[in-house]
Amino acid sequence: MSQQMDNSHRKFLQSMMTNGIVDEQRAAMLYQQCCDTYKTKCLPDKLNDFIDTINSKLQPLFMQIRKGWSEEDGQQHYALVNVAETDISRMSSDYADYELVLFRKTIELIVVSETGQASSTDILNSTDTMTTKKLKKSETEHLLNRLVRDKWLTECVVLLSFKKRGEYSLSTRCVIEMEPYIRTMYQEQLKMCHICHNIAFQCQICENPTCCIKIHNPCVARYFKNKSEPRCPACDDFWPHEIPEIHQPLSQSK
Amino acid sequence: MSQRKRVSTSQSSSQNKRPASLSLTATNDDDDSMFTLPSTSQVLKGLENLTEEQVYQKTAEVLQYFLVRDQKKIPIRRADIMKHVVKDYRNIYPEIIKRTARTLDQVFGLKLVEIDTKNHTYILINKLEEPEGMTSSSGPANLKSGLLFVVLGLIFMKGGFVRENLIWNLLKKLHVDIGQKHNDFGDVKKLITEEFVRQRYLEYVKIPHTEPVEHEFCWGQRADVEVSKVKILELMAQLHKDRPESWSQQYKEAHSALSTSSQATSSSQR
Repeated sequence: MSQQMDNSHRKFLQSMMTNGIVDEQRAAMLYQQCCDTYKTKCLPDKLNDFIDTINSKLQPLFMQIRKGWSEEDGQQHYALVNVAETDISRMSSDYADYELVLFRKTIELIVVSETGQASSTDILNSTDTMTTKKLKKSETEHLLNRLVRDKWLTECVVLLSFKKRGEYSLSTRCVIEMEPYIRTMYQEQLKMCHICHNIAFQCQICENPTCCIKIHNPCVARYFKNKSEPRCPACDDFWPHEIPEIHQPLSQSK
Repeated sequence: MSQRKRVSTSQSSSQNKRPASLSLTATNDDDDSMFTLPSTSQVLKGLENLTEEQVYQKTAEVLQYFLVRDQKKIPIRRADIMKHVVKDYRNIYPEIIKRTARTLDQVFGLKLVEIDTKNHTYILINKLEEPEGMTSSSGPANLKSGLLFVVLGLIFMKGGFVRENLIWNLLKKLHVDIGQKHNDFGDVKKLITEEFVRQRYLEYVKIPHTEPVEHEFCWGQRADVEVSKVKILELMAQLHKDRPESWSQQYKEAHSALSTSSQATSSSQR
């Protein structure tokens, strides 16, 4: 059923390798560009079939272009992921063992946190308990910068009483790739979104202590749109949090 | 999607069938110079002791390694591949490399090239011709390529070896001054003498008996296989508002390089 790969597929794959992750609009654009360049037919709704062809060849290599949903902007994204295992091996070509230990600790801090974020201070403190090589403050910061640059973590800079504090959350690409690992490791602690039933890291939580349901920010935006008095879908208590605007994708014309 | 259970390679013991160890391989992991490639019959024998799945798995790991390393444009040393990935499978190394090269070609459109046969170093070059106007890389990478091409062009036009001062002076005329921090490139001298050299686009060699020490530039191994001399000549011609043919010697050199199989240009160029 899946056809052979031609240069348009290869070009698309190379772009995915360079970018790591792209949102839906950009993926469609890339698809168009690749087909135009190599003079293959580009059918508007056939992006997923196109990607399936690539995936059929990637499967024996334990790689996939996987579609996933971002809890930051509520958009669909496509990410090139390693599916070989539940552990984080693709990074092992890039990061030393002790660096991966720190990264796993960071994931843990983020998963168990209420905000879905871990501060650089907390991450730094967690290095104290590491049995492998201990990292200095500057080394930890350098590593965190690399993880952000390589799109495993997202940094949100928070101004707290005039002092800049770095807060780190899992990037969309990280979530898409690590989801199996995270589900296996942190089954008990995982937060789930009440609306879309996906894993939730950064989310709003119902303040009713007997309820405590979680909803992703973009899901909140969609669910409570145009509701003058937002109420929790589970317990009907008033929903006290700020209702964000629905994120508009950049290209609206298509 | 089913998760394949992966055999851990981070531990030295493997859960799978241990490949038969052959006496030819070096006992010291780090000493790649002792490693002699197994012969075809030895490889076949080695393959007999492994399942197809094991070979697939190992090939996939080597491929991953290549892809990740190459993203950074660092040449990949055989010694590193052996030590970090191949490990116990070194007796079938030629088979793994063969399969890896084939997959890189068919699936990714990348060509595996050994640029240094003495130290056994590899790079991946892009077989897909990059057409005008379409770029998959982001802004900064493009600017760097532009600068690199200018430097390569200067070297090529000057016969292949250029003293560094000449390069700095010529760049200054193009408003790229190594004495000042550049808006886009930052420390230009560092970019050219360190980053481009590390990526094997350029070589930066000390000229003996110079005081203070002077260096000269020439094309690096990656540039030799990856960059088209024909394109460089065309770029230089554009800059001088002239035709490539005006530089007969360079023109001849560029086109003879094109016809040899070592050039990585696609057939659309012909």
